[in-house]
Amino acid sequence: VRFAPHTEDDVREMLSDLGLASLDDLYAHVPPQVLIDHPLDVPDGVSEVELLEDLHSLSARNRHVDDLVCFAGGGAYDHYVPAVVWSMAGRSELQTSYTPYQPELSQGILQALFEYQSMICDLTELEVSNASLYDGPTALVEGVHMAMGATGRSRVLVAETVDPRYVESLRTYGRGAGYRPETFPARDGRATIPEVDDGVACVIVQHPNVFGNLESVGDIFGAAARRGTRAIQVFDPLSLGVLAPPGELGADIAVAEGQVLGNHLSYGGPYLGIMAAQMRDVRRMPGRIAGQTVDVDGETGYVLTLQAREQHIRREKATSNICTNQTLMAVAAAVYLAWLGPEGLRELGEASSSKAAYAAERLAGHGGVSLTFPDTPFFKEFALSFEREPPEAVQARLVERGFLVGPVVEGSLLVACTERRSREQIDALGAAMGEVLG
Amino acid sequence: VSELNRGDGDRPEAGPVQPDTEAALEGTVQAPRTGAAVRTGDPAGFPKSLRELSRPGRRASSLPSLDVPKAEIPEAERRANDVGLPEVGERDLVRHFTRLAQRNYGVDTGFYPLGSCSMKYNPKVADAAASFPGFQRLHPLQPDATVQGALELLWRLERALCELTGMAGVTFQPAAGASGELTGLLIMRAFHAGNGDPRRRIVIPDSAHGTNPASVRMAGYEVATVPSDARGLVDLGALEKLVDEDVAGLMITNPNTLGLFEEDILGIARTIHEVGGLLYYDGANLNAIMGRVRPGDMGFDIVHMNTHKTFATPHGGGGPGAGPVAVRERLVPFLPAPVVSRDPQGRFFLDRDRPRSIGRVHGFNGNFGVLVRAYAYVFGNGGDGLRAVAERAVLNANYLAHRVKGEYPLAFDGRPMHEFVSTARPLKKHGVRAMDVAKRLIDMGFYPSTVYFPLVVEEALMVEPTETESKETLDAFAEAMLQSAREARENPDLLHQAPVTAPVRRLDEARAARQLKIRW
Repeated sequence: VRFAPHTEDDVREMLSDLGLASLDDLYAHVPPQVLIDHPLDVPDGVSEVELLEDLHSLSARNRHVDDLVCFAGGGAYDHYVPAVVWSMAGRSELQTSYTPYQPELSQGILQALFEYQSMICDLTELEVSNASLYDGPTALVEGVHMAMGATGRSRVLVAETVDPRYVESLRTYGRGAGYRPETFPARDGRATIPEVDDGVACVIVQHPNVFGNLESVGDIFGAAARRGTRAIQVFDPLSLGVLAPPGELGADIAVAEGQVLGNHLSYGGPYLGIMAAQMRDVRRMPGRIAGQTVDVDGETGYVLTLQAREQHIRREKATSNICTNQTLMAVAAAVYLAWLGPEGLRELGEASSSKAAYAAERLAGHGGVSLTFPDTPFFKEFALSFEREPPEAVQARLVERGFLVGPVVEGSLLVACTERRSREQIDALGAAMGEVLG
Repeated sequence: VSELNRGDGDRPEAGPVQPDTEAALEGTVQAPRTGAAVRTGDPAGFPKSLRELSRPGRRASSLPSLDVPKAEIPEAERRANDVGLPEVGERDLVRHFTRLAQRNYGVDTGFYPLGSCSMKYNPKVADAAASFPGFQRLHPLQPDATVQGALELLWRLERALCELTGMAGVTFQPAAGASGELTGLLIMRAFHAGNGDPRRRIVIPDSAHGTNPASVRMAGYEVATVPSDARGLVDLGALEKLVDEDVAGLMITNPNTLGLFEEDILGIARTIHEVGGLLYYDGANLNAIMGRVRPGDMGFDIVHMNTHKTFATPHGGGGPGAGPVAVRERLVPFLPAPVVSRDPQGRFFLDRDRPRSIGRVHGFNGNFGVLVRAYAYVFGNGGDGLRAVAERAVLNANYLAHRVKGEYPLAFDGRPMHEFVSTARPLKKHGVRAMDVAKRLIDMGFYPSTVYFPLVVEEALMVEPTETESKETLDAFAEAMLQSAREARENPDLLHQAPVTAPVRRLDEARAARQLKIRW
């Protein structure tokens, strides 16, 4: 395939206007020692149909979640993506534009981001939202950096029940930013109340947590508030039709993986890092923020605002290095949230949690399978323990029978339900589990 | 206004409408507010916000009926009231977002010469492939045995990127260029720490993109800035004075941010390597040299690529991109875990057993959907095609620079590569600034170039046409720039008032920050 439109005549004419004899002359000032004189060891280009055949044969060697029934969770979920979401977010005027540096030609993206930010605030009952970060774990990292800046402290306390991927990310980035996340313990799959002293920048709780369990968020955040520590909640956006919002639970900063808001599973990305916070921290927020203003005629319009926080203005003093973000995923989230509406969001939360409760009852309590935390309430995901089998072996044998479950976390097998899973599919999973353990 | 408004060729067709600008300025023609040549029948005041469109009880969503007993959420955890989301029907949603799209300008709308962003055409075949269920419907935590095709795709892409850059191994986790920078710097940090030789400073040129210094700080280093010389290149003498054994490394683009090839790159590399530092290649400008020059051959140790620039994955209004990082053999052990690997039986797997890895920099496997598009671009073009891409990108920039430099002198004398930086300084005496030129270009149907960047150039206009634009488009844009310069002398008000044909006129950014309204 070729996307450069030059005819041979064009090339000749343009070179001649430049007073050059050949394309090589464009590189004449490059030191000859670094010029390569051999073709790249990458196959020659192919036609579009050959390219699609190659990609199709690669994709055909994957077992996707229309083939396997998806009960997998661990931070990415098979919620339904309505047709309208990508028919709108995929509009090429939006998809092929870039960061709205020239706002007069970018009103579509800017208004969509303003509406996204507004809906994230509605959802979380926090005061401000930015226009997207990379994904859930990197949003948490940025939230921690905000908390450190706001408090001038550097200790970071993380509940043991926070997804290990989030904690691993904190460990990686903490080496640069100068902190080491410290975990505080859990009992029965729920975080306990940590000791917070005046050196603690933030306390991090995930609710629902990595096992799907509901945490006593208010109590933990109360302990943080008494010490002037920032309270950070990792939340599931689709739990907020039925669960109390982070703002009400005392969170100062709330971060989430926004994949569930109309974004495809896509083997882990592109996803959406959500961040909401209180107005007092807005100048410490990372990333783009869209704001409303007026033009010279007094008409309403939108711009990127508070740019003095950002790397292109502030350079090494910026709140973050983020530039390219996940804008289009935020646009998809805006379409999706408006598609759901308040009733849809509540129904979706009820459906997911009801199906998970049914699945837990169907799967646990017989054949050597039990709930890892039998007395702890959960939302749409729960943890199973096996008396005789390693959970990885159960997971592998269920794949052979057409079911995707997992991941395995601390010896427990996670099972998640979305509104898409039918009673029939849950019963079939129960039967398959019986067979593989048989 | 000019013959430009009547030209066709492959000039943007779906861009803002082109009314008689002078008449509009005199108030005889109302500047349109829809920003597109469509008449919608909307009442005045559209587009409203989704909140204004909301009506209690209206909804778009439908969910499967509940086929299991309803579970109760414990009262203490329950949300008391419904969320204040808008209540709209699907038709409302479609018209709303269609209006928003029509008020936006993308590469599919027209020429988008935003310097340093490589706004090239995004092939549709890449989008088609990314939406195959076998890619789009994969859960990130599926067992490796069920995703052999996805892993092979990444493995093949890794091999091609290594060949293109002269490196030995790749991580696909970084979600964007800046994320790649930070990943590369953390690798540098781990490398020096592993040698028991922690160092404190990273050298960057004064023309560098803002993400470079910001990443340096996030990696726990201090910024040491090396000045550009009269050629717009790194001042080698100043660099030699600046470096010592406390320098962990140097970050640089080549071609640099002024669009010029760093001709002393081998001397720069030697200077840094001699004190035990590493060389980081910011791949922002890789489009200029594919198949011609490899970062590895210039002495670089770590390279990030921006797939949304070099490999034509759509920019998405600001993202998503992807920022894979490639490194030399001796740095491969430090790459984020897991990495894609192949066992002796030819099976692909995610290798998690990486004791010297810097750890995880992304929740899952990076922006896979973007990487599928990058694969389509790399293997669709092929090795021969990628070289042709680079050559035509450089040809286009040189041709356009040559056409406009009479009115907009180049900031530096050297031959531009894939982009050029010129200055609108000569127009200043007429009271016209670079921003005014940019806004006037909007009225002529183009997205403007980057303005006021790099910071080291006064009244900078940074123009990157990319290889996917035809000579006709470049000629039309050159004419528009030259016309703007003429107008600056004859009727500067045209530039001061611009734009008048966009969906909105100039916006009050100071008010946006002062009277902060960032949600409804």
